[in-house]
Amino acid sequence: MSTSLDSPPELMPPEDEPQLEGHSTFGDRFFRFLATSAGVAIMVALALVFLFLGLEGFPGFDVDPSNYDGKGSFGSLVLALLFGTTYAAIIALIIAVPFAIGVALFISHYAPRWLSKPTAYVIDLLAAVPSVVFGLWGGLAFGPYIQPAHVWLHEHLSWLPFFSPTPSATGRTMLTAGFVLAIMILPIITSLCREIFAQTPRLHEEAALALGATRWETVRYAVFPYARSGMVSAVMLGLGRALGETMAVSMVLSSAPIITLGIIGSENSRTIAAHIAQNYKETTPDKVAVLIACGLVLFAFTFAVNALARYIVQRGERSHA
Amino acid sequence: MATSIDVSDVNIYYGDFKAVEGVNMTIKARSVTAFIGPSGCGKSTFLRTLNRMHEVIPGARVEGKIVLQGQDMYAPSVDPVAVRRQVGMVFQRANPFPTMSIYENVLAGNRLNNKRLKKSEADTIVERSLKGANLWNEVKDRLNKPGMGLSGGQQQRLCIARAIAVQPQVLLMDEPCSALDPISTSAIEDLIHELKSTYTIVIVTHNMQQAARVSDETGFFNLKATGEPGHLVEFNSTEKMFTNPDNEATEAYISGRFG
Repeated sequence: MSTSLDSPPELMPPEDEPQLEGHSTFGDRFFRFLATSAGVAIMVALALVFLFLGLEGFPGFDVDPSNYDGKGSFGSLVLALLFGTTYAAIIALIIAVPFAIGVALFISHYAPRWLSKPTAYVIDLLAAVPSVVFGLWGGLAFGPYIQPAHVWLHEHLSWLPFFSPTPSATGRTMLTAGFVLAIMILPIITSLCREIFAQTPRLHEEAALALGATRWETVRYAVFPYARSGMVSAVMLGLGRALGETMAVSMVLSSAPIITLGIIGSENSRTIAAHIAQNYKETTPDKVAVLIACGLVLFAFTFAVNALARYIVQRGERSHA
Repeated sequence: MATSIDVSDVNIYYGDFKAVEGVNMTIKARSVTAFIGPSGCGKSTFLRTLNRMHEVIPGARVEGKIVLQGQDMYAPSVDPVAVRRQVGMVFQRANPFPTMSIYENVLAGNRLNNKRLKKSEADTIVERSLKGANLWNEVKDRLNKPGMGLSGGQQQRLCIARAIAVQPQVLLMDEPCSALDPISTSAIEDLIHELKSTYTIVIVTHNMQQAARVSDETGFFNLKATGEPGHLVEFNSTEKMFTNPDNEATEAYISGRFG
C-alpha cells in the first residue's frame, strides 16, 4: 500500500491527475447508498414486524378463556391451529412434490424442445393466478367436482383414519384444500427443480449414458444426486408458501380449531392463516390480541422451517464439495 | 471378447450442418487405433458415433453403416442403450459420479438395468476392474471413500475401471490424458498397452507423440476448408503414418508444417 502512495509522480501516466481523491465517484457512492439502505430497510422492516407482533400479540397469550374459540388456553388453540397449518401444507406437498418433479424432468429432460418451453411457460403462469381466484375455484367448482372421490375414498379406505369421517357433502374439505394448495405451490417447486435439473453437468450425464444407462437411469445416476440439495430447498420454499397461504384455504375449507386426522369430513382442522382471515373483524381488543399472537406463532414457525431448510441445503452442499 | 468395427460411408450432422463426411475404415480387434487431426476436424464427433453418443445432442444424426459383431449399430431395430453397453467410453475429463464411493463408481455400469449382484460377485468385479485399471493397490484400503477424493489421474483410471467393469467389446477414449500431468499420462498409456490384449481400443488424441507411442493404426482427420465438413484423410498403420505417409497433408501435419 505505502509503496504505491510513495511512488514518484513520474510513474503515473502523465496525462492523468492522481485519482486518489475520486471526485468522479458520485455515482458509485450513490448506488452504494441505495443498495445499503435497501438492505438495511428490509432488516428493519422484518424487525419491526416481529416487534409489532410481539408487543401487540403478547397480551393475547393470556386473556379471558372465552376468547380462545372454545379452547381453554392459548396453547391448546394455537396447537390445534398449528396442527391444521402443518397438516394442510403436508397434504399439499405430498400431492405437489412428485408432480412438480415429474413436470420439471419432463421439461428439462424428456420433452422435445418445441414442447418444453411452452410447458414451462404455462406452469409459470399458474404462479400469477391470485390466490383468491384459486380459493373461489376450489370452493365453488373443484370441491363439488371431487366430492364423489371423497365418497369413494370413504367406501374403500375408511379403515385409514384420514378417510374414516363421513364424507362432506360439499367437498369443502382438507383434501380439497390440499389439492388447491398443491396447485398453488406447484409452479415454484417446478421452476426451481427445472433450473437445477438443467444445470446438471453434461459430463455426469454422459458418464451415465456411456455406460448404457436409459434415460431414467441417467436421471437417477447423474441428475438427482446433483440436484438433491436444490430439490430440498425448492420443496421447502413450497412448504413456506403453503404454510402461509390464507385466502385459498379459508375460502375452501369449512373448519374449526380442532385436531383431526380426517381429511374428507365436514369437520376439518383450521390453519393459522385461515383463522386470522376469518376472525380479524372481531372487535374486542382481547380477540385481536389473540389473533396477532397466532400470527406471531406462524411467523416464528415459518422462520424455523426456512432456517431448517437452509441448514439442510448447506449441509448437502458441503458433503458435495 | 474384442471385436472389429467396420465403418462405411458415414456422414455426421449437427442439425443441417454436415460435420464429418464420407468416413470408411476398419478398426481392428485387439489393437489400438488413434485419431489425430486439428481441432474441429470431427475426430471426437466421429468417435462419439461409434457408441451412438453423438445423437444425445439435440438435432444430431448419423448416416451410413457402422457394423459391430455383424450387426449395423444404426439399424432401426438397434437400441442405442444396448450399443453403449458393448462400447465403453472414457472422456476428456474424468467424470466419476460425485456422490458415489470408489466401490460404487466401479459398479455403476453393472448395477444398471436393476441387475442384482451378490456381494461376493460385486467384490470380484471391483477388484478385477480396479486391477485392470492399475488402480487397485492405490485404493484398496479406501474403497468406500468418495471417488472425487482421488487425484485427476486416479480419477481417470477409476473411469477406465468403471468402463471395463461391464466387460465391453470396445473401449473409446476421447483425449483421456489431455487434463493430466505427464506422470499420470504415462500411467494411462501403460494401461492402454495392457488393455489392448483384451479390448479393441479407439483413442482420440491431440498429442502426436502419444498416438505414435500407444497406437497400432492411425487415422488423420482434417477439414477441406473452414466451414466444410471434416473427412478422413489417411488411415494406415501408425508406423507408416509417422515415417512415410501416403498423403502430403498427413506428412505436413505430422511434421508440424500444418496447412
